[in-house]
Amino acid sequence: MQDIALNKAGTEFRRGMQAGISIGIGYIPGALTFGLLAKTTGLSIGETLLMSLVVYAGAAQYISLSLLTLGTGTFEIILTTFIVNIRHFLMSASLNEKSEEDEPIVKAAYAFGITDETFSVAAVKEGTVSARYMFGLNLIAYLSWVVFSGIGHAVGASLPQIFQESMSVALYAMFVALLVPSMKNGVKVVFLAALAAIFNTIFTITNALSTGWAIVTATLLSAVLVELIVMMKERVTKNAE
Amino acid sequence: MQSEIVWMIIGMGVATYIPRMLPFVLFRGKELPEFLQGVLKNVPYATLGALIFPGILFIHEDIWYGILGAAVAIFISFIGANVIVVVLGSIAVLSLYSFFI
Repeated sequence: MQDIALNKAGTEFRRGMQAGISIGIGYIPGALTFGLLAKTTGLSIGETLLMSLVVYAGAAQYISLSLLTLGTGTFEIILTTFIVNIRHFLMSASLNEKSEEDEPIVKAAYAFGITDETFSVAAVKEGTVSARYMFGLNLIAYLSWVVFSGIGHAVGASLPQIFQESMSVALYAMFVALLVPSMKNGVKVVFLAALAAIFNTIFTITNALSTGWAIVTATLLSAVLVELIVMMKERVTKNAE
Repeated sequence: MQSEIVWMIIGMGVATYIPRMLPFVLFRGKELPEFLQGVLKNVPYATLGALIFPGILFIHEDIWYGILGAAVAIFISFIGANVIVVVLGSIAVLSLYSFFI
C-alpha cells in the first residue's frame, strides 16, 4: 500500500516537472535579458542572482532596474514591486480553489513559485492540483529563471560599447513586446495602457510626483477608472434590456 | 554587494511573496468583490503603459532615439515576434542609428 502511495507521489512530482519544461524554456530569453540589463544598470553578478533567487518575478525585476537607473528611492521601488505583483493575489486565490487539501505551511511553500506562467499552466490543468505537482512545476521554472539570469549577466560583460549604449532601450522594448500582443485582444487594454501613460506623463512633466509614485498613482488611477467605466457600461446595457 | 541593494532585494522579495502566499493561507473558497477583481486584472496593462511613457523618450539626450526605439519595438511586436526578437531588433536599429548619426 505504502509503495503505491509513494509511486503516485513521485509521478505527480515528475508530471509537474514535465509541465515546467515549457515554462523553463520560455524563461530563457527573459532571464538572459534581465541578466544583461542588470549588468548595464550596474548590479554585480551576486546582486543579480540574489534578486532572481529572492524576488523571482520578471516584470518587477525589470521595473526595479529602470527605477534604479532613474534614481528612485528604495521604499518606492518596494512599493512599486508590491503594486505590480498584487495581481498574484488574485491568481493564488483562484488556484487555491482547485488545489488539494494541505497544511497551510505546505501551500505557503509552493505559493512562492506562483508566476503568471506557472499559474496559467496549473490553472488549466485537468482535475485538482497537488502540492507535489506544484513543487515539480516550480522547480524547473525557478531553476531556469535563476541560472539564465546569471548567464545573461556573464555574457553582458563581453558586449561592445555602442551595443551597451543602445541597450538602454531594451527594457522599454520588452515592455512594448509584453503590451502590444494584449492590445490586439481588446480596446480595454489599449485604454488601460494609454490612460496610465497619459497620467504618468502629466505627473512627470509637471513634477507633481517623483517617478516611483507617479507610476503607482497613474497605474491605480487608470485601473480603477477603466473598471468604473466598464461597470457603468454594464449597468446601462442591463437597464436598456 | 552593496547593502542598500541587498535590503531593497529583500524588501522586494517580501512584497512579492505576501500577495502570492496570503490567499492560500486566508481563504477556503471565499471570493473577492467583483469590482476589486476587475481592478486587479487591469493593473498589469496600466503599469506597462505608465512604464513605457514618458520614460522611453528620455533614454538619450536626442529625443528621436527614444521615438525611433518605440516605433521599432511597436512594429516588431505588432507583426507577432517573440519578446527577445523585439528587444534585440530595437537594440540593433538604435546601434545602427547611433553609428550613422
